[in-house]
Amino acid sequence: MAQAEDGTDWAGLMLRVRDCQDRAAFAALFRHFAPRVKAFLMKSGAGAALAEECAQDVMAVLWQKAHLFDPARASVATWVFTIARNKRIDALRKDRRAEPEELDWGPEPEPDQAEVMEAQQETERLGRALAALPEKQRALIERAFFGELSHSEIAAETGLPLGTIKSRIRLALEKLRQQMT
Amino acid sequence: MKIRHHLSDQLLMAYSVGQLPEAFNLVVATHVSMCDECRARLASFDAVGGALIEEIDEIAMGEAALEAALARIDGLPQATRTEPLKTAGIFPAPLADYVGGDLSAVRWRRIGGGVKQAILPTGRSATARLLYIPAGVAVPDHGHRGMELTLVLQGAFADENDRFDRGDIEIADEEVEHTPVALAGEDCICLAATDAPLRFRGLVPRLAQPLFRI
Repeated sequence: MAQAEDGTDWAGLMLRVRDCQDRAAFAALFRHFAPRVKAFLMKSGAGAALAEECAQDVMAVLWQKAHLFDPARASVATWVFTIARNKRIDALRKDRRAEPEELDWGPEPEPDQAEVMEAQQETERLGRALAALPEKQRALIERAFFGELSHSEIAAETGLPLGTIKSRIRLALEKLRQQMT
Repeated sequence: MKIRHHLSDQLLMAYSVGQLPEAFNLVVATHVSMCDECRARLASFDAVGGALIEEIDEIAMGEAALEAALARIDGLPQATRTEPLKTAGIFPAPLADYVGGDLSAVRWRRIGGGVKQAILPTGRSATARLLYIPAGVAVPDHGHRGMELTLVLQGAFADENDRFDRGDIEIADEEVEHTPVALAGEDCICLAATDAPLRFRGLVPRLAQPLFRI
């Protein structure tokens, strides 16, 4: 299975939540991600109590919608980010947010292990790339993701190697659509 | 037909971080539903969010947080895989959701020249609407103060610069003064969002504008 550098196989734990309703796996994910989600929400302007409550909601969604987690398309951290972001929009902006159609295409064939590995390691590679950016640029990206920049203030150029991620996901989507037809 | 006109990085990133007005979210989500290229680019921006979550200095949860979470999931059934919504119509799921159905559920209002529109219910900071332009007919000449996104759902239109088919998205800023014309063959249906009211150059459209909210 795809293991992170610190030895923890987050995707494997997530699949145990998805396939076996494994509570111990959920607890491990909670210990790692809930405090991060709480910090993310506080950086986005939520008070400690609201952030704690929303982090609980985010982890409940992770349990409930585990079937939507696709280890070949996203790392667990990325998936957690998308849930936390949606929660932030719900809680702080009260706007409705349209989501793209889910590509939830019935019984999944066993995902390709190399692809899973690739997707799970992406977060660390991006983390290193972020750390290597000039301080000013990194701060700007962080502010954008913590919701501190308006859409007109968001500059498109992140300076991060996103092209490789895009090509990999694009290939995964093509394979998925081929299996459909 | 291959999609040739895509979302900009700026829009995809703003959608990924959750900073777009509701009407723009709807157009982005609808385009991404139709376009694997933009779905993959969006996923790469989401991955930056994932890296930031991983690197963030964590803030400890309350003492009984884990027990509370475990107690909570006890009562939570997990959703199961579902077959994808087989929409026989032309609206991808996020749009069908706003309209409450497909084309037949749209409540059109005529705005002259055979053109019809339907304003969709979104937050007020930007407006989303469906446009129905009969084949061969021009959309009234207009410029706009803010940004305008136009996504083709059926048929095709062309302006002075280019041609847009189903799935294509036109991103026009205030520099653009254009006269889109629906191409012959099939009536054109678009989803459009503007973050400021359009300003029409002709007198009559200008008088009609407050009435029709376009």
